Amino acid sequence: MSKYFDFRQFWVLTVMHFKELIREPAVLFWGIVFPVLMSLGLGIAFSKTADSQRNIAVVDTSHGHDFQDSIPAFPAMYNHLYAKVIPINQAQFSFGIKNKKLGNVFFNFIHLSWHDAMVKLKRGEINVIVSKERGSFRYYFDPANPDAQNSYMKLTKLLQRERNAVIKNEDNVSVLSVPGTRYIDFLVPGLAAMGIMMSIMWGLSYGIIEKRSNKLLRRMVATPMKKPYFIVSLFLVRILMNFVESAILVLFAMLVFHITIQGSIIALFAVFFAGNVAFAGLAIFVSARTSKTEIGNGLINVVVMPMMMMSGIFFSYHNFPDIVISIIKYLPLTIVADSMRSIFIEGAGIMQVLVSVIVLSITGLVFFIIGLKLFKWY
Amino acid sequence: MNQEIVVKVENVFKSFKTVKAVNGLSFDIKAGQFLALLGPNGAGKTTMVEMIEGIQIPDSGQIYIGGKDWKHHGNEIHQFIGISLQETRFIDKLTVRETLQVFAGLYGLDKKRVDEVIDIVSLEEKQKAYVVNLSGGQRQRLALGISIINNPKLLLLDEPTTGLDPNARREVWHILQKMRNESNISLLLTTHYMEEAEQLCDTIIILDHGQILQQGTLDDLIEANGGKEIVEITFKETITGDFPVQDVEAYHIDWDKTAQKAVIKLNDVDTGLKRFFATIEQKNLNVASFISRKTTLDDLFISLTGRHLNE
Repeated sequence: MSKYFDFRQFWVLTVMHFKELIREPAVLFWGIVFPVLMSLGLGIAFSKTADSQRNIAVVDTSHGHDFQDSIPAFPAMYNHLYAKVIPINQAQFSFGIKNKKLGNVFFNFIHLSWHDAMVKLKRGEINVIVSKERGSFRYYFDPANPDAQNSYMKLTKLLQRERNAVIKNEDNVSVLSVPGTRYIDFLVPGLAAMGIMMSIMWGLSYGIIEKRSNKLLRRMVATPMKKPYFIVSLFLVRILMNFVESAILVLFAMLVFHITIQGSIIALFAVFFAGNVAFAGLAIFVSARTSKTEIGNGLINVVVMPMMMMSGIFFSYHNFPDIVISIIKYLPLTIVADSMRSIFIEGAGIMQVLVSVIVLSITGLVFFIIGLKLFKWY
Repeated sequence: MNQEIVVKVENVFKSFKTVKAVNGLSFDIKAGQFLALLGPNGAGKTTMVEMIEGIQIPDSGQIYIGGKDWKHHGNEIHQFIGISLQETRFIDKLTVRETLQVFAGLYGLDKKRVDEVIDIVSLEEKQKAYVVNLSGGQRQRLALGISIINNPKLLLLDEPTTGLDPNARREVWHILQKMRNESNISLLLTTHYMEEAEQLCDTIIILDHGQILQQGTLDDLIEANGGKEIVEITFKETITGDFPVQDVEAYHIDWDKTAQKAVIKLNDVDTGLKRFFATIEQKNLNVASFISRKTTLDDLFISLTGRHLNE
């Protein structure tokens, strides 16, 4: 036994944490299978030009006939552009625009009273109301709703008989499908970053709180165990597990979606490790005192939920107001996700992510030191 | 018996906010001695034991374990003691053997000691079972095994059989009795089960509100509090006012007016009962029911505090 480092103690603790982790099937599912399924689901959902259906309320007094009349008379030459007009009944008919590149869009026009249209709008069953007033169309929708905006844009082109515009629009569109420019390329680094956060925050924090609650920490410090070994071995096991989880996710995305790592692998490892350190520091800080798992649950959620929502894991955070973006940019998860994306997509090397690595490492160390100062073993 | 003192507690105080958990306790434990701290919940038993374990620090007073204090000799004391806390839950998905190996590793011990301990706590058949699949009694035997993994000279067990069924409790007692017979280990046990203290310990300290109410051997304590036997008698007649029979040297009477029950404590059943019945015959009282039993620690506790141990 070394005077300075008791390898045997460290080893038995590491093995203990490792066995505890791998023998829990739920851990393997949520850590490995779930991120892969999520990337598969989202990847397929956002890599296929699916048909979309848009429900539009028509509010007028002419039982829709006037409206049907307004739809362009389709010359045979445009048959390849327009799907069909299907009179479902007197008050409802559908109309579609064919588009192989962007996906077909079917408008389902429903003739409603103003009151019923408002009810359906509130329920989200429709997002645009159209009425014909004094010979022209008037559109009612919430411009803050992107789906409604989209419906409005497509609908105006249709109703304003901008057939040429439709044709031009299609001709001018080039669908981006080369690796690095697709949604899946954006998603996978984000999922890997989120996986690191979730695994460390729940694995470390919750694991410590649960052991404190079960009085196992109290029992273990009543032995000659060197206290830092317990935490460091727990972290070591988690980081190894995270590596396996992330590697499986990336390999899966490489095989199925043909994503590539365009930047430096060393930089990727550096970001991965620094991200683990940052979240480990936060995890120790969060789990420093409480012995109640319910409180621990809440504390962990307070940390992870805002980052999950705002750090641009699934969609870009650049839609937030500038003032909010200036805060989001410095969240650990944002830094990890942005750095990983820059390596995956933009081909960044170690120098491009060095600042992020340093910031993440310092964040982790600062929270780690504060957490240890506050730490209660029982 | 070796009279070496393994624990010396000197005038120890410990408070939590406004509660005085331990209020000036002093006692010794000698090598080979099995001592029980007995008292109701909140009596200060666990706090006292945790101060000996080094988990709590006394506000004042001194504690020496094997002649050493925690402040200066923590590592040596860790090797000297073995502990079992109340309701520790070990890792569910480790086996019995793996759990013992972890603790053996923390003490720098090898697998041979793990084998020995599995044998001592009779968990051979369960050594490959996950902790989560053990019964309450088996888990407690595992906790006991962990507490002796380092071959301690002093064993500190905090309510080791709370929540166990009678059979499981007896299994734990059997292991401890065997250890007492085969080694010179000392034991400090907290419990609120009188039977446990009676079965295992040669010395008993009765605590209440952080103070020692009484201490000594079970016989000493019982004798000092009225006698070894208790007789409960009810009468056919309704007795108003004071009980017409008075205490004499051979017996002591507690009269429960509401229940119309006389509780008679005596050391010598023959002499005591003869004198008692001679007196009630003179008073023309007729016995309706008669129950005789041994005095228990609960009876002692009631006579000392007016409350039951499990209140």
